[in-house]
Amino acid sequence: MKILAIEASGPVAGCALLEDGVLTAEYSVQYKKKHSQSLVPMLDEMKRMLDLQLSSIDFLAVTEGPGSFTGLRIGAATVKGLGLALDKPVLPVPTVDSLACNLFGTDRLICPLMDARRQQVYTGIYENDGELRVIEPQCVVALSEITQKLNALGREVIFLGDGVPVNEAALGEQMTVPYLIAPAHVNRQRAASTAVRAAQIYAERADAALVSADDFRPEYLRIPQAERERGDKRNYKVFV
Amino acid sequence: MDKDITILAIESSCDETAASVVVNGREVLSNVISSQIDIHTLYGGVVPEIASRKHTERINQVVRKGLSDAGRSLEEMDAIAVTYGPGLVGPLLIGVSEAKALSFATGIPLIGVHHIEGHISANYIAHKDLEPPFACLVVSGGHTHLVLVKDYGEYEILGRTQDDAAGEAFDKVAREIGLGYPGGPKIDKVSKEGNPRAIDFPRGKVAGSRYDFSFSGMKSSVLNYLNTCKMKNIQISVPDVAASFQQAVVDVLVSHAMWAVDEFHLTKFALAGGVASNSALRAAMEKACAERGVAFYCPPPILCTDNAAMIGCAAYYEYIKGMTSGLDLNAKPGLRLGER
Repeated sequence: MKILAIEASGPVAGCALLEDGVLTAEYSVQYKKKHSQSLVPMLDEMKRMLDLQLSSIDFLAVTEGPGSFTGLRIGAATVKGLGLALDKPVLPVPTVDSLACNLFGTDRLICPLMDARRQQVYTGIYENDGELRVIEPQCVVALSEITQKLNALGREVIFLGDGVPVNEAALGEQMTVPYLIAPAHVNRQRAASTAVRAAQIYAERADAALVSADDFRPEYLRIPQAERERGDKRNYKVFV
Repeated sequence: MDKDITILAIESSCDETAASVVVNGREVLSNVISSQIDIHTLYGGVVPEIASRKHTERINQVVRKGLSDAGRSLEEMDAIAVTYGPGLVGPLLIGVSEAKALSFATGIPLIGVHHIEGHISANYIAHKDLEPPFACLVVSGGHTHLVLVKDYGEYEILGRTQDDAAGEAFDKVAREIGLGYPGGPKIDKVSKEGNPRAIDFPRGKVAGSRYDFSFSGMKSSVLNYLNTCKMKNIQISVPDVAASFQQAVVDVLVSHAMWAVDEFHLTKFALAGGVASNSALRAAMEKACAERGVAFYCPPPILCTDNAAMIGCAAYYEYIKGMTSGLDLNAKPGLRLGER
């Protein structure tokens, strides 16, 4: 089983290849250069390093969202183009679940925080003591909402993600349970985690977890500002 | 005979998701355009975030239809072309990301195309005999450029708008007189019932720059006129206001174009862009050219609106010069004509 994973939902542009449980390559760049410039050259480099026959891939994995709207679309359009050209399906991985997958084998709760601006975070609550379990599915909320839930659960927590630095002071004020902040190598989106999470999902749900590249859509968790201001409460998916 | 060059082209710079297959730059095998206009009409103009989402949802279906309408497979393409600027950055990124992924996955060369160059090239598709040099006026909702086309891919910009694009001015005036979005076609239609000489709106000029355009002042003079009428309780005639404003815009566009024809002793003149579908502009430009014995070219409306066939045409002339793009091609919303 070969899974090609792509990451562009946040500050990291990356790709990874997971082959029968072996991470044969991972490429990750967190730099000011645009994902639109760096992502495909990374794939190209990885392909050359591995002498990879793209046609041998079983499916593509991608963080479906939430995340930067533009980043999600760069990832989505890249995956769609690959899927069309290679005739391969897509396995969408919730971004926050993928982040939670960075950590493993802990009794602590895992709480990824992604900066969602407008005083909100994309977040969720997870356990990964050997198997990833979703306690609170990914959502967009004010930081205080998630810290209240964590405090109520009364267990030690590990925070990670690009929402940590911007909220570090607030965490110190709001958290009543002990917490850790994950170090740099597991603190941001990683295509390797997305690939691993995709493999887990596929092991559970098989082909039911796959969507066609044509039908794949990012999960923004937010409607466009113009729709919000128009007072349009419909989910954007309704009038496609 | 040399081998045919077949290009798959993708366009997503504004609110149209488009794909086309073009052979040797001039033979269009398919021209698929998925418009989002119904959605943006709700907002009175293009909302970039919504446009970006729609492009993402439709891009593969549009590309597939472009190939299937042409009866060709992706593997048969000699190049994959895509608009990389100018335009709205979010929408541009969808086409660029898709095209790069297709190119990477297949090994087929990638060609980034300038959107305005595409509009100009629409004339090559419509008129198989047309070859440079000629002058071209590119008028659309986002652009107003008077360009000297010296050779394929070689341009000199004589003038451009200093503020609103002509189509943008049409949209704004249409909104003020209650016609709604998109303004161009609506003003064109209602103007047929009006008197173009009823109100003498000023013809915008740019000091010290003969070929440049300014439409913002012309738009303001319409707004002033409407306000004055309202204050004096004078009933306005929407057809007269529309026709008079349209006439003012057409006069400016035609006079600038003909200065260029005269100064550079050109024998050919072409129109391009969405506003080139405006019937009054076409008629006036055709008449002015005929008076000078200048050949007039204008693509049919399907090639005036944003489309990918024009991108495939422009890409062909890049391809035969050996010009291709790297996989690091980025969307450039402010890309200037002639810039790479």
